[in-house]
Amino acid sequence: MATTFTLNGKSTTVSVDPQMPLLWVLRDTLDLTGTKFGCGMALCGACTVHINGEAARSCITPVSSVQGKKVTTIEGLSADGSHPVQKAWIAEDVPQCGYCQSGQIMSAVALLAKKPKPTDADIDDAMSGNICRCGTYQRIRRAIHRAAGSTAA
Amino acid sequence: MSSTSLLDRRSFLKTSAAAGTGLWIGFHLPASNAQENETAAKQEKKPPNPLNAWIHVSPDNHVILIVGKSEMGQGIMTTLPMILAEELSLDWKTVRIQQAPTDPAIYDLGTGGSGSVAGSYLPLRRAGAAAREMFITAAAQHWNVNPDTCVARDGGILHGARKNFLTYGELAEAAAKLPVPDFKTVPLKNSSDFTIVGHDVRRYEGTEKINGAAKFGIDSRVPGMQYAVIARCPIFGGKLKSFDAAKAKAVPGVIDVFPVDPVGSSAFTAGGVVVVADSSWAAIQGRKALQVSWDQGPHAPESSDSLRQQFLANAAQPGKVVRNDGDADAAISSATKKVDVVYEFPFAAHATMEPMNCTVHIRPDGAEAWVPTQAPQWAQDVIAGVSGLPRDSVIVHTTLMGGGFGRRYMGDFVMEAAQVAKVTHKPIMVLWTREDDMQHDFYRPASYHHLSGAVDTDGNLAAWKHFQTSTSIDAMWSPKGKETPENSEFATAIFIPYHTPNYRIEYTVAQSAVPRAWWRSVEHSTSGFVVESFVDELAAAAGADPLAFRLRLIGDDRTIPDFSNPKEGKPLVTSRLKGVLNLAAHQAPWGKPLPKGHAQGIATYYSFESYTACVAEVSVENRAIKVHRLVYAVDCGRPINPNGVAAQVEGAAIYGLSAALYDAITIRDGRVEQSNFNDYAMPRIAATPKTEVYVVPSNEEPTGIGEPGLPVVVPAICNAVFAATGKRLRRFPIRNEDLA
Repeated sequence: MATTFTLNGKSTTVSVDPQMPLLWVLRDTLDLTGTKFGCGMALCGACTVHINGEAARSCITPVSSVQGKKVTTIEGLSADGSHPVQKAWIAEDVPQCGYCQSGQIMSAVALLAKKPKPTDADIDDAMSGNICRCGTYQRIRRAIHRAAGSTAA
Repeated sequence: MSSTSLLDRRSFLKTSAAAGTGLWIGFHLPASNAQENETAAKQEKKPPNPLNAWIHVSPDNHVILIVGKSEMGQGIMTTLPMILAEELSLDWKTVRIQQAPTDPAIYDLGTGGSGSVAGSYLPLRRAGAAAREMFITAAAQHWNVNPDTCVARDGGILHGARKNFLTYGELAEAAAKLPVPDFKTVPLKNSSDFTIVGHDVRRYEGTEKINGAAKFGIDSRVPGMQYAVIARCPIFGGKLKSFDAAKAKAVPGVIDVFPVDPVGSSAFTAGGVVVVADSSWAAIQGRKALQVSWDQGPHAPESSDSLRQQFLANAAQPGKVVRNDGDADAAISSATKKVDVVYEFPFAAHATMEPMNCTVHIRPDGAEAWVPTQAPQWAQDVIAGVSGLPRDSVIVHTTLMGGGFGRRYMGDFVMEAAQVAKVTHKPIMVLWTREDDMQHDFYRPASYHHLSGAVDTDGNLAAWKHFQTSTSIDAMWSPKGKETPENSEFATAIFIPYHTPNYRIEYTVAQSAVPRAWWRSVEHSTSGFVVESFVDELAAAAGADPLAFRLRLIGDDRTIPDFSNPKEGKPLVTSRLKGVLNLAAHQAPWGKPLPKGHAQGIATYYSFESYTACVAEVSVENRAIKVHRLVYAVDCGRPINPNGVAAQVEGAAIYGLSAALYDAITIRDGRVEQSNFNDYAMPRIAATPKTEVYVVPSNEEPTGIGEPGLPVVVPAICNAVFAATGKRLRRFPIRNEDLA
């Protein structure tokens, strides 16, 4: 069964099991491997993408549910890593192993879209679904504050 | 690059240069001093060639560093090029680091034990300096000038008087014809002239890690590849009894279902039933549909409770005496101020964010593999062994790793993928789900420590006695009945910095079927707690300030030999330990007025030849520990990239917190009870304390930093909890009721 959606600005049609989670469609069918598998149960946030601008865990999102919707992955955030959040991530040297960072960045971008000047409590709330085993949380917090400054400027 | 071409190039080196390939300098990086290396090395063959790392400068002006070191977040793709670039006086970002092919001619021992920078610093500088001297000679000959008038600058050689400049690429062919200077006498750059080493830089591969381009093992994509998951017996040592594949095969996308046997001993696979499909999802769905029954095997009765009973029984008897200075028992029995306590630690999972995976293609004439591994040479051996192919026909591509922490030193997940690939003859990724990863890890050992000690009337440490029983890692690697794990089980707890004339260490190994391996900081993760909590308890018994008590017991400047490895291990230098203690205390500052309910705790420790101290500020509210601030001081010799040092320490703190304040791996009916992040919780952003890392400026040789940040964090926090509440925390993970 075919599902059609807008992926990173382009109309995309896939013919797969409609129950297949978006995560695996992105990774195995479309070879967009920037979105990561971490837990399969929406517990770690490594698979976070945007669906119609909202952060969503693609590992529990059946592909059929994005029919007609706009999906943005880390690859679609900017053409050249120039999104303010990506630039802030580089400036604060956030990544270590880097595996969770696609999801962290997608969650942060969604947060800033709603709250351009988030408080620490806002950050705790919005980012609580994303695990980083390398423990880069302090730099993630700094990078979000930095990006908030740059979007305001 | 094929292995053959490198072998050829090595022979070029021996017979001077060959036209067109530029300059190649081979050198030797020693194995790190890590236990995991020693242990894993037992599985491997001796290197036939001492040259295991290479600098290549191509005629088109690329500087490439070829080393067998893997990037798992620790920053090795940044620090090693920094060191080389310093000696060559060029922009470090232009040095490309390339993972050495797994070729015996460029043998490597993998990445672990916080040893990459420590082991590489001097060899890399010498090789870089040798290259620089060759370029200077080549340039001087070209211009017919005195070499002393030529300097290395901005990726080339400059002759100041004539303003001549030639890039290294332009000089590479001529330099390659010159003899390689003696590494032992080649002049090294004066450290006061360093412009790269010791300066903060950002991670080399940072950009690809923020735009989705970074390729981890799980991102390997090979034309025609298939995906597999394996149904494994959840009970350690259990075996497949029977299975019915009909429903699994009916799942769309499932291609094949077949059994595999358990193989291996120390690094072993569980065996089970393989489900091969055209996508990861189809394979996972196929496994769900599979009907399997298991032969539970001999270890089904094991549980965390039965292990604790074993610990208690072991502790009721004397252990093997591993160290005995003076007469601790007599000193304790005659003392008036004494402490007698037990500390207990559970198994802990690595839980790397990228679950285990390995992609292998076994063809009749050779094999190729894409492996997120800390030990590519071992991966090659494993695939050669399983496939029956000669090892030089097995090519291993080491990918980026979504966390390593010691887990990816193991060969089991590679062995398993090779078993599957041998059957399918197609490129195949064996993917572990989170549940697989959590239930078939090689865990941080569980351990039980009985500490008794005494303080005399003058406030000196009269005696220190430490009995430990644990499910040791070494016991897994030794033939049955020949386990000799005693010394290494204690890490630095066998040569504490606190002076006492009566010091006794005893050990009894505990039996368990639960697989164990190296978990970030290995035995230091528990030994650090035991030593730094117990000394804090003794300070309280003596009525002394915890910082002053430590400084007093450390005493005068002295060196304390590594009791386990007196010949090769670097001794603990007490002046450096006191240095980090005092620096952390100064920055906190120790003893400052705090908000109501807040308290400070302190800890210090020596591991991986580095010195760390941490002051934690905590409060306990509603039976929960809130860590407000961590102030670290670290002395890891000369810091190559202080920003990277800080990042490693910040991360190690969170990793340490995970096993102390969150969940444990517990065993019931021979299997792990936890399965995902719902029942094995992780620290998240809200729990992250403000962490400050002060790096001691130093001219000492660089030492490890990937792991040393870990052992001090939990004792510092728990000592602060004691200061806040009067409660000692001795059994992990900490539960709310412990704080009642």
